[in-house]
Amino acid sequence: MNLEAKALDIRKDIIKLIYSAGCGHIGGDLSVTDILVDLYYKQMNVDPNKMDDPNRDRFVLSKGHSVEALYCVLADRGFFDKKELFDTYSKYLSKYIGHPNNKINGVEMNTGSLGHGLSVAVGMAMAGKMDKRDYRVYAVMGDGEMAEGSNWEAITAGAHYGLDNLTAFVDRNRLQISGTTEEVMTADEQEERWAAFGWNVISIPGNNIDAIDNAVELAKHTKGKPTVIIANTTKGCGVSFIENKAAWHHKVPTEAEYQQALKELDERRAQL
Amino acid sequence: MNKIANKQVINDVLLEESAKDKDIVVLCSDSRGSAGMKSYAEQRPEQFVEVGIAEQNLVGISAGLAACGKKPFAVSPASFLSTRSMEQAKVDVAYSNTNVKLIGISGGVSYGALGMTHHSATDIATMGSMPNMRVYLPSDRFQTEALIRSVLKDEKPAYIRIGRNAVEDVYEEGNVPFELDKATLVKDGTDVTIIACGELVGDAKAAAEELAGKGISVRVLDMYCVKPIDKDAIIKAAKETKLIVTVEEHTMYGGMGSMVAQITAANAPVKVINLTLPDAPVVTGKSREIFKYYGLDAEGIVKTVTEQL
Ligand SMILES: Cc1ncc(C[n+]2csc(CCOP(=O)(O)OP(=O)(O)O)c2C)c(N)n1
Ligand SMILES: [Mg+2]
Repeated sequence: MNLEAKALDIRKDIIKLIYSAGCGHIGGDLSVTDILVDLYYKQMNVDPNKMDDPNRDRFVLSKGHSVEALYCVLADRGFFDKKELFDTYSKYLSKYIGHPNNKINGVEMNTGSLGHGLSVAVGMAMAGKMDKRDYRVYAVMGDGEMAEGSNWEAITAGAHYGLDNLTAFVDRNRLQISGTTEEVMTADEQEERWAAFGWNVISIPGNNIDAIDNAVELAKHTKGKPTVIIANTTKGCGVSFIENKAAWHHKVPTEAEYQQALKELDERRAQL
Repeated sequence: MNKIANKQVINDVLLEESAKDKDIVVLCSDSRGSAGMKSYAEQRPEQFVEVGIAEQNLVGISAGLAACGKKPFAVSPASFLSTRSMEQAKVDVAYSNTNVKLIGISGGVSYGALGMTHHSATDIATMGSMPNMRVYLPSDRFQTEALIRSVLKDEKPAYIRIGRNAVEDVYEEGNVPFELDKATLVKDGTDVTIIACGELVGDAKAAAEELAGKGISVRVLDMYCVKPIDKDAIIKAAKETKLIVTVEEHTMYGGMGSMVAQITAANAPVKVINLTLPDAPVVTGKSREIFKYYGLDAEGIVKTVTEQL
């Protein structure tokens, strides 16, 4: 499968979903898309019809506000009906709420309050070790989210227990709601911080699927410690006027912007 | 329709007062936009602290500032402020009795379809159960202003919850009856008392007007002071009216209605019906849709009163 093309198609779905629902965290969705695409279309062992398989890989979207990206990937992978998602997302009485919810097939854990996912992933990885199962656990955090102290408790524990079945991602897009991470609360030297806590650290261009895939492979072959992939991403990646703008953290495109976004994505896809 | 959200009023009052009182400090946790605190942050950079997405640190730092004579206002979404930083609120603020004002924004189910992680329908229970912590849920922009001006004069902990969007006025410019820690009598009546807090006071008032048309005389109490709750007003209502209906944007256990039931049971037993959110994850919807679904809006209140009387 051409994962780059898939990532552009997923981006189009995200834009359509947010535009039609009138809400959504568009910037963070577009920055995390390539990570999700590599995990769900290539790396992870997950089957929509076997979500009760104890050996399945586990995924936790700790930056739960990027739910539109996760929903679009899960729907496209057949975890649930895409039409149902598009018809009801965020609407009255829908189960497709604005953050991941484990009533939905494919969603392992409810998130939305930042700073929970990594601890949960540590627990999942620990259970895998206890039961001698070889599934892997993945979690994605935002870089603004890394300010939550709970992350650093989980990081300490992950290294302490040598959880080499755990791979964390930091979506290092350098933006959060109120501005750049460096203005709001410094997040620089992510690599040095994680390394100091005992993790295997891989720093990559985070919207490059090959780089993501190589890093995930390297993580699988790293023994004795968990791996973090610092994914240096662009918030809003793929749509010129959304890229690198804090204001697009949570914003809905106008009709003209919507058309423009789809056009840009189509053009990129044609160039592949 | 009023367009000024309660949070905007808080920003404006703090902006004004902080010019005169350099000890006022506002703290946010990547929340200045949703808190309506942007103009404060821009105009008072030296009296503004950004802590990033770290609500525990937000409240701990606030307590430290207060211990050194500052007057901190920690402004963050009610959901995270009342749960993530609950132990800081309990130990560093309430137990240590520091002058920290916790402002929970976008409270209750204001975040609508963002779901349970973002709802704060347990904050009366958590914050109210802490000795020393006061809990206020103002109803409209006028009362919010009166409340903020009032707590600026004291040096005790308080948790104040407000919603996300502008709500209909309950009071009028220049006519805002307010006495700290006394319920406000919105409307007097003799058959039933509706006790409401926060942004549902407007619905209680509308329900009372509709019930008046049906010949039912309704007293409406605005119990913005959930803690210390106005016991005298509750006991008086219990003695003078046949039924009390409480209305709040909170889960069913440990909220304002529970407190009213506790007080009436001990002092003046009367039938008390609590209209609340359920003891279950709430349905998806905008806050008004959620209120309607659970019968917390004017229509639902009218229905309950007519059925129960
Ligand atoms: C505990 C908690 N505090 C605050 C929020 C509100 N919030 C949602 S997204 C966000 C910014 C996240 O920034 P970042 O982690 O960098 O994510 P990204 O840039 O990938 O969107 C904030 C503050 C939250 N969801 N949870
Ligand atoms: Mg970010």
